[in-house]
Amino acid sequence: MKITLYIWRQSGPNDEGKFVRYDVEKVSPHWSFLELLDVLNNQLIEKGEEPVAFEHDCREGICGSCGFMINGVAHGRQYAPEGRTTVCQLHMFRFKDGDELYLEPFRAKAFPVLKDLMVDRSAFDKIIEAGGYITVHAGNAPDGNTILIQKDIANEAMNAAECIGCGACVASCKNASAMLFVSAKISHLGLLPQGQPERKRRAQRMIAKMDELGFGNCTNQYECEAVCPKGIRKDFIGRMNRDFLFSVNTETESKDFVGAI
Amino acid sequence: MIVKRLFTTSVGRKTIVAITGILLILFIIAHMLGNWNMFLGPDAMNSYAQALHDLGGLLWVARIGLLVVFVLHVFFTIQLNIENKMARPVPYYKKEYIKASLSSRTMVLSGLVVFSFVVYHLLHYTFGVIQPETYKGNLTDSMGRPDVYSMVIFSFRNPLISLSYIIAMLLLAMHLDHAFQSAFQTLGFANKRNFPKLIQFSRAFAIFVFLGYSVIPLSVLLGIIN
Repeated sequence: MKITLYIWRQSGPNDEGKFVRYDVEKVSPHWSFLELLDVLNNQLIEKGEEPVAFEHDCREGICGSCGFMINGVAHGRQYAPEGRTTVCQLHMFRFKDGDELYLEPFRAKAFPVLKDLMVDRSAFDKIIEAGGYITVHAGNAPDGNTILIQKDIANEAMNAAECIGCGACVASCKNASAMLFVSAKISHLGLLPQGQPERKRRAQRMIAKMDELGFGNCTNQYECEAVCPKGIRKDFIGRMNRDFLFSVNTETESKDFVGAI
Repeated sequence: MIVKRLFTTSVGRKTIVAITGILLILFIIAHMLGNWNMFLGPDAMNSYAQALHDLGGLLWVARIGLLVVFVLHVFFTIQLNIENKMARPVPYYKKEYIKASLSSRTMVLSGLVVFSFVVYHLLHYTFGVIQPETYKGNLTDSMGRPDVYSMVIFSFRNPLISLSYIIAMLLLAMHLDHAFQSAFQTLGFANKRNFPKLIQFSRAFAIFVFLGYSVIPLSVLLGIIN
């Protein structure tokens, strides 16, 4: 089949970008979407043109590297009726002969475009650095199962920990809010016993960092949940809000904790 | 510190919007129950209005409290909305919604319409600037009380006033359809089990408010109360 792509081409962070039309012939339904771009890039290289820059790594939907907008939806979620897809796991049998697709990078103030479909998502790393960890002594690894965790709590922590940090939540939110990502990270640590000592300080610091980086504020439309390749649920946002609200007095306690170890 | 965090952070300000929103919902319910006195006749309505007025100082506490709640709600939603616009300086060429409801996408619009309606409504019934000839201050009932009952009937006999009222209530209902569930989600009461019910309840509540308010102008127009 033939697919027409309108791809956002931008040579650098400070350059002006524009859509460029590319026609790809003889598209196999077995290709993944990224393989379609690989084929296109081969053709561009053969013609001596600049290939399209896009991010990818594992190509099996678990690393969170890939992702851009396909016809206005992150990861082309509207073409995957069963939901939970990354671009690399979206296959060409989902599309029809002659489809016209607009490929655009994720857009947010906190995610500046680096080149073409690549954006700088290091804002997420900065949020993790602000508190998305547990402070432990270095040394021998503790024995397995020394801390017993109730099964349903472990499951729920895993549901939150599934987040791969792809940024689709920010991209799809009309406010470019990072609250689904931040809430997943706060919840997965906050549910487990190891995460308890720093739970309140974590919520305060990660939210302060998120605000500082220029992400928007959630208006509860749940577009983030709809496009999330890992099905992170919106109620983690409520959980994050609770952790934050009930943490208002504990800044000094948390400092004492860090000082004590 | 608590106050600073509530007024400066994203989550804190969202919480203020949610709590003030719930307080405004409580006011909407109380106001609607008060309006239903229209169905009990002129005496019920006018004595209810008189009783509210006789609260004196307490009435002013309630009025000022309501004004503060309203101003906080509007101020922080506008402030958060401006930040939200700034969070995506380059818009998408193409953007599709998968899940967002119409009411959730039109919150600012429905909110601003309701805001202008509230201003109009106060000028009309509280201050008597609009339609002064039927203002309660200029009408008295047989017991010498301001005749709120007649004021409402005279004004709603004008189809334009009734229509604008019903349209404003429709937009209020649209606002509430998203707002009700949104407030509980923000405050962290929503979870995966109760969420579908919360959405349904939110919709049902919005329809209830729409019908509960619109029934009065409709009844006047149809001559059920006169």
